[in-house]
Amino acid sequence: MVEVTLWSGLKSFTDGQTTVEVEATNVGEVLRGLVELYPELEAPIEAGVSVAVDGRIIASSLTEPVQPDSEVYLLQQLKGG
Amino acid sequence: MDRPNGFKFVGTRPDRPDGMDKVTGRAKFGADATAPGMLHAAIVRSPHAHAKILKIDSTKAEAMKEVKAVVTRADFAEGLTGENWNILENVMAGDKALYDGHAVAAVAATTPLAARDAAKLIAVEYEVLPHVTDVDKAMAEGAPVIREGAADKSVPDGLHANVVRYHESGHGDVEAGFAEADLVVEESFKTEATHQGYIEPHACLGQLGSDGKGELWCCTQGHFIVQKTCAALIGIEASQLRVTASEIGGGFGGKTTVFIEPVALALSRKANRPVKLVMSRSEVFRATGPTSSTSMDVKIGMTRDGTITAGEGVFRLQGGAFPGAPADLTAMCAFAPYALKNVKQTGYDVMSNRPKQAAYRAPGSPMAAFAVESVIDELCKKLDLDPVEVRLKNASKEGTKSSFGPRFDRIGLVETLEAAKAHPHYSAPLEPGQGRGLSCGFWFNHGGETSVSLSLSEDGTVALSVGTPDIGGSRASMCLMVAEELGIPYENVRTTIADTATLGYNDVSHGSRVTYASGLAAIKAARDVVNKLCARAANKWGIDKEAVIWEDGCAKPAGPNAGDFEPLPLARIARTMGRTGGPISGHFEATPEGAGMSFATHIVDAEVDGETGQTKVTRYTVVQDAGKAIHPSYVEGQFQGGAAQGIGWALNEEYIYGEDGRLQNAVFLDYRIPVASDLPMIDTVIVEVPNPGHPYGVRGVGETSICPPLAAIANAVSDAAGVRLTELPMSPPRILDALERQAHG
Repeated sequence: MVEVTLWSGLKSFTDGQTTVEVEATNVGEVLRGLVELYPELEAPIEAGVSVAVDGRIIASSLTEPVQPDSEVYLLQQLKGG
Repeated sequence: MDRPNGFKFVGTRPDRPDGMDKVTGRAKFGADATAPGMLHAAIVRSPHAHAKILKIDSTKAEAMKEVKAVVTRADFAEGLTGENWNILENVMAGDKALYDGHAVAAVAATTPLAARDAAKLIAVEYEVLPHVTDVDKAMAEGAPVIREGAADKSVPDGLHANVVRYHESGHGDVEAGFAEADLVVEESFKTEATHQGYIEPHACLGQLGSDGKGELWCCTQGHFIVQKTCAALIGIEASQLRVTASEIGGGFGGKTTVFIEPVALALSRKANRPVKLVMSRSEVFRATGPTSSTSMDVKIGMTRDGTITAGEGVFRLQGGAFPGAPADLTAMCAFAPYALKNVKQTGYDVMSNRPKQAAYRAPGSPMAAFAVESVIDELCKKLDLDPVEVRLKNASKEGTKSSFGPRFDRIGLVETLEAAKAHPHYSAPLEPGQGRGLSCGFWFNHGGETSVSLSLSEDGTVALSVGTPDIGGSRASMCLMVAEELGIPYENVRTTIADTATLGYNDVSHGSRVTYASGLAAIKAARDVVNKLCARAANKWGIDKEAVIWEDGCAKPAGPNAGDFEPLPLARIARTMGRTGGPISGHFEATPEGAGMSFATHIVDAEVDGETGQTKVTRYTVVQDAGKAIHPSYVEGQFQGGAAQGIGWALNEEYIYGEDGRLQNAVFLDYRIPVASDLPMIDTVIVEVPNPGHPYGVRGVGETSICPPLAAIANAVSDAAGVRLTELPMSPPRILDALERQAHG
């Protein structure tokens, strides 16, 4: 299981939870696991999110690997100028 | 970094390959595109900040013999959702005009004058509605609602319908942290919207036939996103629209979306002729994307030894009449430079009757730094602490849990602070009446989808095709990296920005990503070519490919056991490639995700005229971590550009709206960007803490340089004036007002 920390603005989608455990070996599975647990997360995830894995911010790639002891944060989508 | 023997070309400063074209006028910008039978377009724009569109009558315009087409919202795709719907609603108003300058119709005619005359004949009947343009007023009870139901579920109950997204993050217990502090400072700040101020207005030439096949030439930071978005907005297949990016006269984030391109295509489809559309400067101000304006509250606690015990910030951003203000990024960047046990940041994305905001270099971060770094400066003054030492004491490092959550990878904030401390500027004496300010700044940087192609010519020269428009000298950097890998002269590499039919999808030139991501892809494509060159040499020599190495531009036997062969230069292999296996090219497609985060520290000296309120920046030093500077002159140029734009943002630039909700200063005479005489020489120090996510250690540099200036200048001005300035721009009237308020206690 991978522990995922969500930004607390998502509490309203997750029954107040900001830390969620999901079965996942890559970023895509993390996002799918979150939506399976909390279907209302689909909208914000579809709108665009980034995933920080052990300090690297993954903006797009769903295939980036995730380990069971990885530090995983769901972050809002990063855009630049 | 995987160049253990150092660099031969990277780190040198050759002339940029596009320089001659640009100084001789040969370079083709957006408005230079022409086509046989071309029409010219003009857009009808709302004179109201908020109004129902009751009727559009184009009868008189269409009666003009020069007029060939008129379009309104009915000529665009239906059924769009999400951000595509928002963009279409911005490109061409639907039921309501949402801001002064919002497009409501467009006309194409045989001459520019006829198009403008025809636009005046299009009669639009409005029902004017109440409007709001200030972020705090837009959140207040009783404010006119811009769009019912626009808020997502993140927004807590009880907030005004104009608050459409909510962000909250942090860790620890800020109240406990404030209780540990010897001093707590709390301050409120406001910043006005500013425009990127690119010199080239938006311009395009579109051609779309009734068969759904089209061509578009435009100035943009990302022609692939233009292709995708235009195809959706006008209802055609993306692959049927080929988009070519022109040279670009500045973008800074403002050319990462579409404004006029779908309009030109819709007019072309209706007229069955090419249509050119060029914005005036006034249209650029009124109807493209400035930054958000902000209202912010920041509270920080500190002990007498300079340890920050807690930080809390509330950031309210208006993003115009659409969701999307970067309140989340503002909040996430605010305290990122510091290792805090207790931190909390809250962001509100607020709609108002202004144009849809667009990115502007590190969107949101400069405003956050202004508020946070001003409060830190105030704490340093009150506790009599050195501003660099306090920042060093609290600085984020590799392994620090960031204020927005994850732990930092290798970062270089401490190195920028040490370099600033050691710089002669920091210890130089000030003249009477001058003040000094310092600030740190942070930006994430970005990777994004990237695809490049590299092909050899028989004479041994190389053509690199990239899909990221060159907005800051990136072609020079690409040529340097390819030259480095192949071991051939810089001048033997030509980099071209390929159109959308030539390469796989490329993300926009944004997020300081081009030298990082397209550079990484160019290196990998060059290595692909090297593998093929080594294979040709191995075949010629009759040895295994693994027994061949590439060194100094030649294939060589890997060692004595591989055989005794004369090195084969690239040009000799290329000369016979048609007869030894065919053309040689290299490719790389990926979404690199190792963009290293970036920090900067700026030092500013300023003097304030107490009689006129005018500020003069007398000395400026930028210290920033570039990871590895591929072409140091262009890295320095990015540093200086960020500082120059920051000086304008801090001292002069602002969107001024009248009581009627109309923009009052939509020309450069009234919206004052800095000119050369306003600026000191901006000194630069390149710090190189390699990014582990790039083969040469590159970090993006284009955005971080605009994060510290607002705060650094505000700290210098406050030091010089003897009063804390909390509202931008710090224009002469605001400074005189602050001085007067201070004089009267």
